[in-house]
Amino acid sequence: MKTGIIIFVFVALAVLHQDTWNWDNGNLVFGFIPVGLAYHACYSMVAAIFWGWVVKFAWPDRMEKWAEGDD
Amino acid sequence: MESFFILAQAEATKVSKTPLMVIICYLGLLLGLALFSGKLFRGTSKDYFVASHSIGPFMLLMSVFGTTMTAFALVGSTGKAFQKGVGTYGLMASSSGLIHAACFFLIGIKVWSIAKRHGYVTQIQFFRNRFESSGIGYLLFPCLVLLVIPYLLIGVIGSYRVMGPATAGMFPELFPAAGPLNGSVPPWIIGLVICGVVLAYIFAGGSRAAAWANTFQTLVFMAMGVLAFYLISKALGGVAAASEQIYPGHLVRTPGELEVTTKDGTFQREIGIPPIQFLTYMFIPLSVGMFPHLFQHWLTAKNAKSFRLTVIAHPICIMVVWVPCVLIGLWATGVFNQPPIDAWPKPVVGIMGSADDAGVGKVLSVVVKFLIENPLIAGMVTAGILAAIMSSLDSQFLCLGTIFTNDIVLHNKPKDRFTDKQIVLIARGFVVAIVLLTYTLSLVLKDVQNVFDLAVWSFSGFAALTSLVFTALYWKGATKAGAYACIIAVAASWFYFFAKAGWGGEYTVFSSEHRSDDGIMPVAICFVLGLVAMVVVSLFTKKPSDETIEKFFP
Repeated sequence: MKTGIIIFVFVALAVLHQDTWNWDNGNLVFGFIPVGLAYHACYSMVAAIFWGWVVKFAWPDRMEKWAEGDD
Repeated sequence: MESFFILAQAEATKVSKTPLMVIICYLGLLLGLALFSGKLFRGTSKDYFVASHSIGPFMLLMSVFGTTMTAFALVGSTGKAFQKGVGTYGLMASSSGLIHAACFFLIGIKVWSIAKRHGYVTQIQFFRNRFESSGIGYLLFPCLVLLVIPYLLIGVIGSYRVMGPATAGMFPELFPAAGPLNGSVPPWIIGLVICGVVLAYIFAGGSRAAAWANTFQTLVFMAMGVLAFYLISKALGGVAAASEQIYPGHLVRTPGELEVTTKDGTFQREIGIPPIQFLTYMFIPLSVGMFPHLFQHWLTAKNAKSFRLTVIAHPICIMVVWVPCVLIGLWATGVFNQPPIDAWPKPVVGIMGSADDAGVGKVLSVVVKFLIENPLIAGMVTAGILAAIMSSLDSQFLCLGTIFTNDIVLHNKPKDRFTDKQIVLIARGFVVAIVLLTYTLSLVLKDVQNVFDLAVWSFSGFAALTSLVFTALYWKGATKAGAYACIIAVAASWFYFFAKAGWGGEYTVFSSEHRSDDGIMPVAICFVLGLVAMVVVSLFTKKPSDETIEKFFP
């Protein structure tokens, strides 16, 4: 179940990376960042949050113990 | 904007040597740090190759990030944004934030665990044991070396592209040359110094010295990127004024053409990112899953928990470096097109107005040189760019020494054949040989290609091979024959496309007649072919032994 949700969010993020709706948008956000750049900068932050969530809820504890010889 | 033009006009009259002094001081500082880390070296081969598995979370993040970011991060991002526009960040940076972290989490942690448990120090040891085949090492070794060498070359050639404009006009009597780089420090000296410094600290302390140096250099290049951004925006009248003059075609991803007029005539420069290229470029960041030098960095981790910070912070670190650099590249599109390029002083015209794409690698260096009034700061920013370059070179040199020693020289030899000291000596000897080869090749090839297209070919090869490591880790049914088929399919398809591209130029498959970049990235096809070959051949060939399955799938 947990793995399924992670894969789903990962695929959703990969799709959101395409942001076709921004393709022709040349506006500036905050007066200096082009929309296409602002969107992908936010995307980088969302990616970090996503991986923080994965690390917290899907950390491979069993693998780690096995590597340290604690199995 | 106006002040920039005046500054550029005045450039030819007097050139300060302060930037060069700053760079020399930086290299001296780096050597001092190397000597210090050399004192921490424990003298064993395990310490030389994987720092005795002692690197904590912060140093692991810095060394992994510094290694993946090479010359591409500062120089390439600015140049590509200048060349193609705003889509550069989405094309190369934000996708890397997602995919790199996925590789660290799914491949890095598992590989570290298996290598820690069974005592592997190289990728090839891992694959030989996983696929129960000694021969696979002999097949992989030349593939990895041949793919790392272009990657090494972009670092060294990148340093020429940065240092040439940065030192232009400093020594007109000592180093006279025709064109805009008259009086600059020649490539043979730059290469000698850069390779010499990297070699010195790799020699002193192996992977431990590389981790220390990478941490220092990564902090330097991140800080200098932000500093350059601040100073350049200030020189252009603030971020809003700087962004207002960006060439409109560079604010969007829509493919188009930009007409550039120089004294040699008018030419069209392709701008924008075609959608298919944008989509299939997402395969490129998979390369971190197979970089042998990154594999070695993973193995230096103290424990699996050390990966946590790297997985989470990597996308943020990419953002901190790439957003300012992409903006600088976009600002340069306005700066160098108004007034018309042929009205600019000769050095700028020569570098920015070339009909081929060789000039784009020099964008950051030229902008820093002409826009930042303080030569001290200009020197610091240039040192930051060199830091980004060297933080990758060291790991690549070291990993080639490591795989040669462990996978070729020591393979199948009795354990007592060489002493620990002899093993370290062999590794050091091979590193020296690789440095000499890289140095020589970089001088021969320094003017041949747009250096960053060569990097994409190197990344493509590694990315396509990631199907091998992924199936090895997650599919018990992956067989020895499947692994051979995967490597051969990737190598053959990569070589075919590389040749079609004219040995290293920009190339996409099924592109239109009008552009070279609106087709499918070759890496996507190579990756799928490798994966299909692995799956199909594995289904019909002998499965690995129960002992191997138990060893790799606990």
